[in-house]
This record gives sequence, C-alpha cells and structure tokens, in this order.
Amino acid sequence: MVRSHVVPFDPGRVGLFIPCYIDQAYPHVGMAVVRVLDRLGVRFEYPPDQTCCGQPMFNSGCFRDAAKLARKILKTFRGYDHVVCPSGSCTGMIREYYGLLLEEEKDDPDFRRLVTRTYELCEFIIDVLGIETWEGRFPHKVGLHQSCHGLRGLGLGAPSELATSGRTGKVKKLLESLGGLELVALSRSDECCGFGGTFSVFEPAVSSFMGLDRIADHERAGAEIIASYDVSCLMHLEGLLRRQKKPMRIMHVAEILDGASA
Amino acid sequence: MKTHAALAAEFLKDPERARWHDQALWFVREKRDRLARAVPGWEELRDTAQAIKRHALANLSLYLEEFERNAAARGAIIHYAVDAGEHNRIVLDILKAKGARLLAKSKSMLTEECGLNEFLESNGVEVVETDLGERIIQFARERPSHIVLPAIHKKKEEVGEIFHRHLGTAAGESDPTALTRAARAHLREKFLAAPAGLSGVNFAVAETGAIVVCTNEGNADLVTSLPDLHIAVMGVEKLIPRSRDLAVFTRLLARSATGQPVTAYTSHLLGPRPGQELHIVIVDNGRSDILKSAKFHRAAFCLRCAACLNTCPVFRRSGGHTYNYVIPGPIGTILAPHRDLKKYKDMPFASSLCGSCSAVCPVKIDIHRQIVLWRNEVVEAGYLGRVKSAALKAATAVMRRTRLFAAVGALGRRALRLAPRFIYNNRLTIWGATRDLPEMPARSFRAQYKAYRRTGKVEGDRT
Repeated sequence: MVRSHVVPFDPGRVGLFIPCYIDQAYPHVGMAVVRVLDRLGVRFEYPPDQTCCGQPMFNSGCFRDAAKLARKILKTFRGYDHVVCPSGSCTGMIREYYGLLLEEEKDDPDFRRLVTRTYELCEFIIDVLGIETWEGRFPHKVGLHQSCHGLRGLGLGAPSELATSGRTGKVKKLLESLGGLELVALSRSDECCGFGGTFSVFEPAVSSFMGLDRIADHERAGAEIIASYDVSCLMHLEGLLRRQKKPMRIMHVAEILDGASA
Repeated sequence: MKTHAALAAEFLKDPERARWHDQALWFVREKRDRLARAVPGWEELRDTAQAIKRHALANLSLYLEEFERNAAARGAIIHYAVDAGEHNRIVLDILKAKGARLLAKSKSMLTEECGLNEFLESNGVEVVETDLGERIIQFARERPSHIVLPAIHKKKEEVGEIFHRHLGTAAGESDPTALTRAARAHLREKFLAAPAGLSGVNFAVAETGAIVVCTNEGNADLVTSLPDLHIAVMGVEKLIPRSRDLAVFTRLLARSATGQPVTAYTSHLLGPRPGQELHIVIVDNGRSDILKSAKFHRAAFCLRCAACLNTCPVFRRSGGHTYNYVIPGPIGTILAPHRDLKKYKDMPFASSLCGSCSAVCPVKIDIHRQIVLWRNEVVEAGYLGRVKSAALKAATAVMRRTRLFAAVGALGRRALRLAPRFIYNNRLTIWGATRDLPEMPARSFRAQYKAYRRTGKVEGDRT
C-alpha cells in the first residue's frame, strides 16, 4: 500500500517509545505504529533498552521507585530530537511529572529535550509533522474514548469541563478525515473509564463500575469499536467486554490509521 | 475504620441506587457546564479568582486587620479561634452569656469540621439545622454526604420515612412539596423561638467589614436577622480584599456549585441590625499550615462549591459516606491528610486521577496533582501497606533490567497462554473478578520489531 503523505518537517532523530504493556500484551498495536511511521516516511529508531516510564509506581506514590525508571528512560532516549509514544498516559507522565522526579537532572539538556519533545503519536503527526488529515477509508461506527491524561494533560481533545469553544480534538480530527468512519455521539463525551493504573486493583469495585458505564454509553451510541490513544484504558474495557461476552471491539487509533484502506 | 475501597464496594452492591446517585450529580455537572459556557471569559474568571485568593491569603494579616477594623466599626464583635476546640468554646461562651439554650443554624461546613453540634448538645444547647438537607440528616443522625447537597444520598421515600417519624407526616408520604411544607412549618416555629442564630460565611470583605452569605432557601436570612444574637463563623480563607472582588466570586460560585446563575439569596451583612448582637468568629484550624506548604497551599483557596464532587466519577459512584473525612470527594481527599495522614491514608487513593476536578474548580486548585503528591506522603510515611509496597518494589526491580523484564514477560505470557483461563479469570483475583486478561501474544513487540526490520515482514496477529 502506497501513501502519498509528505512530511513537511524533518523531525530529526526520532526515538520510538513503546510502553511496557504494549510490548508484552499488545505488540500488534506497536507494529501498527511502526507501519504508520514508516508510511509517513519518518525515520525512527526503537532503542531496545526501554521498559516502563514509571507511571504505575508514580501514581501509587512510590516516587523513589518511579525516579529509577524515569532515569532509565532518560538514559535510553539520550540524544534523540523527538520521542514518539502511542500512549497519552505515558507521554503525560514524561512531560508533566518527570520534572518532579528528576530534580537533579533539571539542567541536563537531554532531560529538557525529553520532557518537552516527547509526543503522543497523534500529536506528533499533527503538531510536529503538520499532517492533519489521513487518506483512506474505515467504514465503521467508532466511539472515541478520550483517555484522561491525553485529554486533560496533553490537550489532545477539548475537555468538556472547559468553557473554551471552537476547538476540535486532534485525535478526532485525524479520525474524522477518514472516509466512511462515523464517530458516534456519546452522552458523556469524556468521562473516565475507571482504569486509573493501580486504581484498577486498589479500588476494583468502583473501577469496574466506571468501565461498565462507559461501555453502556458506547453501546447506546451504536459504536462497533471503542477507539483510544491509550491501550491501558482499552485493556480494562476489553477485559470487561469479554467478561460480559459483548461483541464490541477495542482498537488503538494507530490500528485504525494503519488499517484504513486507500 | 473501613477504607474507601471497601465502603465503595458496599455502596455498589446496590447498582440501581449507585446509578441514580451518579445520574443526579451528573445532572448538576451538566447544568454547570451549560452555565459556565454562557459566561464570556469563564476560564479567565477562574484565573482571576485564583489570583485574588492568592493575593488575599499571601497578605492575610493585612486583610484580617482591615476586616476587623471595619467590621468592628459597624458594631460586630470579632473573635479569633486557633483551632476547632477554641471555636466551639467561643460559640458556647457567647450563647451562655446570653442564656441561649436553643440555636437555629444555617448550613456551615466549618461547624461540621469543628464538630460544633455534638459539642453544644453535650453542653445542653439544642441545635436546629434549618437548611432542609441538613435538617434531614440531623434527624437521621448522619453526617452530610455532600458539601452543598448534604442529603443527596437520601431518596424522597427515605426522607418521607424520616419526616413521618420526626414530624408526624403521613406514613408513606413522599411528595417533595408536601414534605417541604411540613419542614417549613416545623422550622418556622424554631426560627421564632430561637434566641440565637448561627451562620457560616461565604465571603468576608476586608474593605467594608461585610460578611456575605449565599443560600437558596432563605433560611440563612431568618437565622441572621430574626434572633437578637447572630454568630457568624468563618475560616480565615474566606477573606477577600474588596467589594468588587465579590463580582468575580458570585459569578463563579453558584454556577460551579449547582448550575444556577446566582444563589437565590446573596445576603450582605454590614454589622448587626439595631438591637442585635453580632459576633464573627474567625477560625484557623490548620489553614495557615496549608498556606505555608509549598506543595499544597492552593487547597486553602477552596470555596466549598462542591463542583469537584459533582464531576468526580469516583464520588458519583461511591457517595460521600465512603470517605471517612467530614469533607468528601476530591477536595476532601487533599484536605483530610492535613488533619491526620495516618487516619486518612486511604483517601488520596480514592481517585482514578482523571483530572476532571482540577478542570472544574472555580479557583483552579491543582487537585489531582495534589492527590498524587499526597500518595507520595503516604508512601514516605510507610502507610502504603506491605503487599502493595513489595509488589511495586518488585516491579521496579524488574523494569530496571531490560533483559530480566523481557524474560519475565516471556515467562508470564507463556504461563498465561498455557494455563486454563479460569485460573486467572476468576473471582479470587482482583483484576479477574470482573475483567478478562488480554489474550497473550507468543512474541513481544521487541521480538516482532526485530524480525520485521530483518525480514521486512510483519508477523501479523496477536497470537
């Protein structure tokens, strides 16, 4: 399949960060990201020493443990001009919170670069590469799950709480440019799915209840697929869907972009 | 004391009730959104409100003196209480000096925080809450489950039952209008009989010495004007410098709280009415400690509007009584640890960290960020618990060594592929009780990627 995307901006040396749970449990999402970047003509490297950004430890309050993993990520991605990651949550962790964890490194130029130039995949495509539409068809009814950290932390969408008008979410923009794709209207456009990292096991009752409520909303809206830029939320929702034996599927945005036929 | 997680699991055993609670509060959140959008410059208004709070609280001593001077000039008597105990004693002494044994009260979260009602009752003073919701939970001998809607956890049938027992309404009567009428008649007697009234304060204006009380039921106006003795109690953080600053806050408060353009009553009290005694009790009770903290000081800006409760997906699905502190919800989870970190160690974990709280807060408190910072305080104090700490330490040890991570991952995936599904997808595991684990692929991304770069071929599917 040949795509005619032309990258108008040279992003320099690009490092790909594939979060640990995608590496182990959802490798096909990682491969979809690889193909999307390949088709965009982005030259990138996948430094194999990477593991986890440290978010599970950070969100549980174990900052010392998280700092060890943050330091490892910094070491792994030293020298890259941009880091791309198919997760709003892990990207948010690096950009928003590494400053709290690595205070000693705050003047290190590699650290400055890491925390300002790590991008979630859709952001990278739109904001760094300047590509706002995606050619291809994906004739399905899709419910967009706007994961919280990407939505409110990175601004990938327009959070429903804010009174700022006239903004369309970046992910929404990319998806809507696909032929045949219908984004269904949810009654709660951006409520949390209840995954919340270790929250999912620290507070399993509320977490599951929240997830089932999200699924019901997507169901009522007629979605065939729940799409997100965060596989962690989708893993939680998929687990609930399968237990309930519901036919709805989950897909990462990269899989949709990759799977859209010309 | 049961943790929030345990209490929430109990709450969710009645899913129908949980959905009703969720829906009732979501309705308020949506009203808030509509009204906020109708105000041009809403987000700038939030910034301005925060700036005013920051300024006022950074110059607290200055504005306290100015307020005291101006309020005293208008005839108010000012008291300072360093903590809850002193606050309660001051109120009791004022009542004793007047021989008042019945106190009509309008809603005040500060008195909940100080445990005033119990204290006064144990000293022979009858306390009557005159806010309808507060009166309901006072009859039921419960604490408020919500800052602004204290009886939101009660259905109208339950209120009917309570009123039947306490006010003699007909058995089975659950019509809201009929119940409200009964409460009104009952409260009217109390308003007329009470020699003393106590109210909270929403804003205290330094330049005029005015106190401003925002309510919907009008009960505060009766409480503050009918009796010959009015006691107003306020946290130090209620001070704002100028009257014009009020315009910022009154635009934000009711919209954020209940999705109303303004509260039904916004009463500006400039000194006592003729023949009345007005006491203003200004309370610290830990607020200056919050203000001193570099990490947590913004928590002291809170207006007690409860917008963060209404928007919180966890609060809506667990209810206010699952939080052990008097102030529930997101703001409660960051205020409680200031009181007692050990006692409230579970509260910062009652959040999925979605960040919606910070996005609705009218004074832009960084609530979700403070929640994470409090989790760190819990960990550093050694209160996380042995199992959780050990699990996270072990995970960190594995993640630090890439080859070990890859090997453990491969082993885990292999085990999960080989084991029968019921071994891990069952009620005894925390994840598997409600959720299936993902189907594990034979090869990790790192292995597939290596092969792809070598051969140019994709291994394909997830199995």
